[in-house]
Amino acid sequence: MKFTWFNLMPWPYLPDDFRETHRSVWVDIDQKLFDPVKSHEVYNTYMDLLEYADTLGFDGVGVNEHHQNGYGIMPSPNIIAAGLARRTKDAAVVVLGNSIALYNPPVRVAEEFAMLDCISGGRLVAGFPVGTSMDTNYCYGQIPSLTREKYQEAHDLIIKAWTTREPFAFNGRYNKLRHVNIWPRPIQQPHPPVHIPGGGSVETYDFCIDNTYSYSYLSFSGYLRAQALMNGYWKRVEERGVDKSPYRAGFAQTILVADTDEEAERLYSEHVSYFYNRCLHVYPGFADAPGYRTIKTIQTGALSQYAPPTGGYTQLTWKELTEQGHVIAGSPETVRQRMEDLIKGLNVGNIFCLMHVGNMPADKCMYSTKLFAEKVMPKLRNMFPDWADDNRFWTTPLKDRVTAGALPKQAPTREELARTYAVEA
Amino acid sequence: MELKTVQTHHVPVRCLEGGSGPDLVFLHGAGGVTADDPLLAELARTHTVHAPLIPGYGDSDEAPEIRDMLDFTLHTWDVVAALGLKDPILVGHSMGGMIAAEMAAIAPNDVSRLALIAPAGLWDDEHPIADLFATLPYEMPELLFHDAAAGAAMMTAGRDVTDPNFLQTYLVTNARQLGMAGRILFPIPERGLQQRLYRIKARTVIVWGDSDRLIPPVYAHAFKKGIAGAELVSIPEAGHMITLEKPALVAEAIGRLG
Repeated sequence: MKFTWFNLMPWPYLPDDFRETHRSVWVDIDQKLFDPVKSHEVYNTYMDLLEYADTLGFDGVGVNEHHQNGYGIMPSPNIIAAGLARRTKDAAVVVLGNSIALYNPPVRVAEEFAMLDCISGGRLVAGFPVGTSMDTNYCYGQIPSLTREKYQEAHDLIIKAWTTREPFAFNGRYNKLRHVNIWPRPIQQPHPPVHIPGGGSVETYDFCIDNTYSYSYLSFSGYLRAQALMNGYWKRVEERGVDKSPYRAGFAQTILVADTDEEAERLYSEHVSYFYNRCLHVYPGFADAPGYRTIKTIQTGALSQYAPPTGGYTQLTWKELTEQGHVIAGSPETVRQRMEDLIKGLNVGNIFCLMHVGNMPADKCMYSTKLFAEKVMPKLRNMFPDWADDNRFWTTPLKDRVTAGALPKQAPTREELARTYAVEA
Repeated sequence: MELKTVQTHHVPVRCLEGGSGPDLVFLHGAGGVTADDPLLAELARTHTVHAPLIPGYGDSDEAPEIRDMLDFTLHTWDVVAALGLKDPILVGHSMGGMIAAEMAAIAPNDVSRLALIAPAGLWDDEHPIADLFATLPYEMPELLFHDAAAGAAMMTAGRDVTDPNFLQTYLVTNARQLGMAGRILFPIPERGLQQRLYRIKARTVIVWGDSDRLIPPVYAHAFKKGIAGAELVSIPEAGHMITLEKPALVAEAIGRLG
């Protein structure tokens, strides 16, 4: 199993009546709600928490990209990842990912990911999302019905840039480059493992299978509601006649651990409520630009998870959120049982553990994270013994990696330097 | 109005036809056009009306290779050729007006009469056009009609919103139609027409509803200013869907072109 500690980086100061007084947490969110001075502490605390997860033995630390979004203040995940590449030791740096259709030209992603891979010593997992319609279309102005074509071209360009050892010309529809020759290139060969976050677009299944990429379903609605979608994926895997390694798939799950189930509710319910009832308040007009999803995908009934539920919004309670599996929360034993159900039920080897939720303060987050790492994770380690050696979807770091910040405290004296560089007679 | 199919380089194109008199090509807006459109009926009294559907609209095939403004413009010229027409009266509403203006600008010697009904295609920072692509169905009537209540009734007429398949059909239709429209309208309905307007030689009538809340009438003056000799017909108590709200007055204004 691969457990990645993930933080969406929500803004923790949305007002209590946010849903009643604001139309959207995303795209046209009220500028006045962001306080740059407060964000100084928010950002640094969030990065500290990611670094803390590395010390507890999580397999990865994860970041993602959202724009103009009150629950994800990370428009550039690569900036956070650069900090993590330096300040973490062993965890994979999972960037899930860069919305490659938005970069002009996308070789920028090939370059930045290569830098992250080099700085981290080969610990990068590269995610290539199409991006949500809110981010890609409404914030970044991409034409909805051309987004996928542009995404595909960006992908082809990045992979070619990573794997070609001489300058080449790229005559794309959206990118015309006479001299592609990225410098640096990644440590991992032929390139860092690629994860594709998907939200139910059927075309994405085949794309992952064709390229041996891991399909990640990043949902906030939990594992019970994900079953149908993941069944569709595994059915396609079977039809295509490839192996059903659980590492072909990833799943994001909100997880909260306490000493007892009651304590979990007492400690975390307000933060869960903050996330599910406040952060996910997206104006439905931004949920799915016409043309963003393919006709085939709409016909399979995969609709945006951001569209309001039938019957409109209601206040979701702790009981509903835990029973329906949006959130897995409780004592270590409760969480272990439910995680086992999730892992077996969905057949997923990569778990993106959403262990910071809503406006959760750092102390509670550390408490929950430590309990998960010490009392739950070890018991879930060996869920797929048959696939223990499958490393096609994970990092291959350098064996000998430097320690960041390991310079001597003092600059050498003139004499010491002279000795070090003394010319042999 | 009868629906027929003409073959073009890219795809077979569906085209509504009816009436008699001088040939007139009508290019519909982002919402599409149907056989019972009241403006087409008005125009058909005095003209032979040809109203081709943009690929993806109605039951027509999609054309993935039509991506940008030039593709739309040349494709529509292909349609005119496929219909066997030479210098028809060229009429366009909203997105269709944008395409018609581009056609007249790119081939000024082939269009002698042009009618633009609340066309898209220009942008003024002082008067931003509402984001049609972020507008929910229930918000549309207020944006599109002078009389929102009557407009809402027109928009839902003939639709069974209780049908369980309604939502999926609606989403597929929206994805096909507005997905295609988005190629020239998203996220800002402007693709450089301003710098090409001067090329238009056609005798031009611009028709605008005084209550147009989608593309406010200030844009009418921008078009009038950009096209030499253009005549502006302003119609009171009409919104952006002036074609549905005041079809007779729109037809009368177009009639000035002969």
